[in-house]
Amino acid sequence: MPNRYICEITASERMTDTAFAMTVNCGELAGEVHPGQFIHIKCGEERLLRRPISICRADADTLEFVFEIKGEGTRWLAERKPGDRLDILGPLGNGFALPESGNIIAISGGIGVPPMLFAAQSATGGVTALLGFRDDDKVILTQAFAEVCDTVRVITDDKGYVTDLLEEELNNGAHSAVIACGPRAMLKAVAEICKRHNVPCQVSLEERMGCGVGACLVCACATQIDGKDHMRRVCKDGPVFNAAEVVW
Amino acid sequence: MVDMRINFAGVEFKNPIVTASGTFGFGREYGEYYDLTKLGGICVKGLTVTERLGNMPPRIAETPAGMLNSVGLQNPGVDAFIRDELPFLKSLDTVIIANISGNTVDEYAEMAEKLSNADGVDMLEVNVSCPNVKAGGMQFGTTTDGVSAVTAAVKKYSKVPVMVKLSPNVTDIAEIARAAEGEGADAVSLINTLLAMRIDTQTRRPVLHNNMGGLSGAAVFPVAVRMVWQVASAVKIPVLGMGGVMDGDNAAEMMLAGASLIGVGTANIVDPYAPLTVIDALGEYLAHNGIHSAKEIVGEVILN
Repeated sequence: MPNRYICEITASERMTDTAFAMTVNCGELAGEVHPGQFIHIKCGEERLLRRPISICRADADTLEFVFEIKGEGTRWLAERKPGDRLDILGPLGNGFALPESGNIIAISGGIGVPPMLFAAQSATGGVTALLGFRDDDKVILTQAFAEVCDTVRVITDDKGYVTDLLEEELNNGAHSAVIACGPRAMLKAVAEICKRHNVPCQVSLEERMGCGVGACLVCACATQIDGKDHMRRVCKDGPVFNAAEVVW
Repeated sequence: MVDMRINFAGVEFKNPIVTASGTFGFGREYGEYYDLTKLGGICVKGLTVTERLGNMPPRIAETPAGMLNSVGLQNPGVDAFIRDELPFLKSLDTVIIANISGNTVDEYAEMAEKLSNADGVDMLEVNVSCPNVKAGGMQFGTTTDGVSAVTAAVKKYSKVPVMVKLSPNVTDIAEIARAAEGEGADAVSLINTLLAMRIDTQTRRPVLHNNMGGLSGAAVFPVAVRMVWQVASAVKIPVLGMGGVMDGDNAAEMMLAGASLIGVGTANIVDPYAPLTVIDALGEYLAHNGIHSAKEIVGEVILN
């Protein structure tokens, strides 16, 4: 069950000029999380709203999350040190529905990469990880992916887009599902490619969020199911959605 | 032991804390966190005659000590509410307040009739103050004529007590409150959010897709206290005070200003347990000050 936890930071590491990896000791919370779910972190008393951050790895009682400094809240978070405590709400949202068999493609870009590691770790079949980054300085977690995936392909924007790799992989062999996390433009392209190849695709979306529990309705995502429009909640109905239902 | 009960417009509340409309959905989500019957009441997400999808995102922006929202009354419509949500709410031992918002006076009347005849609605809150919709909403709430017309229509059709939710986006809120009272409103609630705007200086675009939105949170609390005091001084009907109540001391302050009930809204968004914390802290404040009954402090501000 979701709950509010006060968690001690056990490790904090700068990964790139803007990305940080942080590990917290959080008891029950760690044992309950599913890949694709997120935690909602209070970033100091000065800021009202919590910040939703996806989970990168989890074990019996610790969670690791990776985040990028995007504003004051995440800057505050980056300045926390081991021993400091964080007010965390979680686990929140619906994660990926990983198929019970068959090979999957996990495609991600930028700060969308970390949650895919948790998904790749949890997959029962083979995983091909396609990771896109803006440039060499932004590349993270490739070794960790290599340990849990059959294939890892990394591409930076100067050489091409991660969606080009997806097209190649889908042309080369059958896959039971594609799971994706990254910038909206990337996810839209992934959804189109998967539709063309007739492969089920799940996307993890991001939206400015309020309560995180599904009550305030600010993190709306336009979807269409059987021809009818629905505004669904990224925090509660998502963040993972069937790509075919999202109105891009 | 402090008696926390409040009789408000003839409705018995077990304590003065009510969750504010729009921050609490239809209750189910927070029911995953705690026993909802601990609340004095639940005011549900604003309802309209037919389903509304609301505004496009982004619908939220952070501000110093507050936030803007522009949800735009996303809701399943009054019939779906009665069918799908009310049975659950009715099963809870707490007061259920249905919040209604119309495009026309007739729509308010239609919803008042349906909801007050539906088993489980204890009270109506008439939203004439939503800043996030094009038609209706705040357009009725910013003139005495508009408030009078809507109040009269709702009172004609409602079988349960009617509370009118006032907009702070007016010159003289006391005058608006008197207009509601004049047409038979059983209570007023205030404040709704303050119309506001943020602009991203890099993109030069408003942060909210809807450009403008409603400001809430601690930032608006002093404005809310002032308006609650002005309204409570101007009308005889009871007042539900809300706007930036984040803790028990805020609740006590607003009760001293003249509110019999307190709405907790934005605080829910920060901490799911906020209303319970406020109830406990308010009880402690009262006990600490030797006050035996919560109703004793309503309007007991000592003016300079």
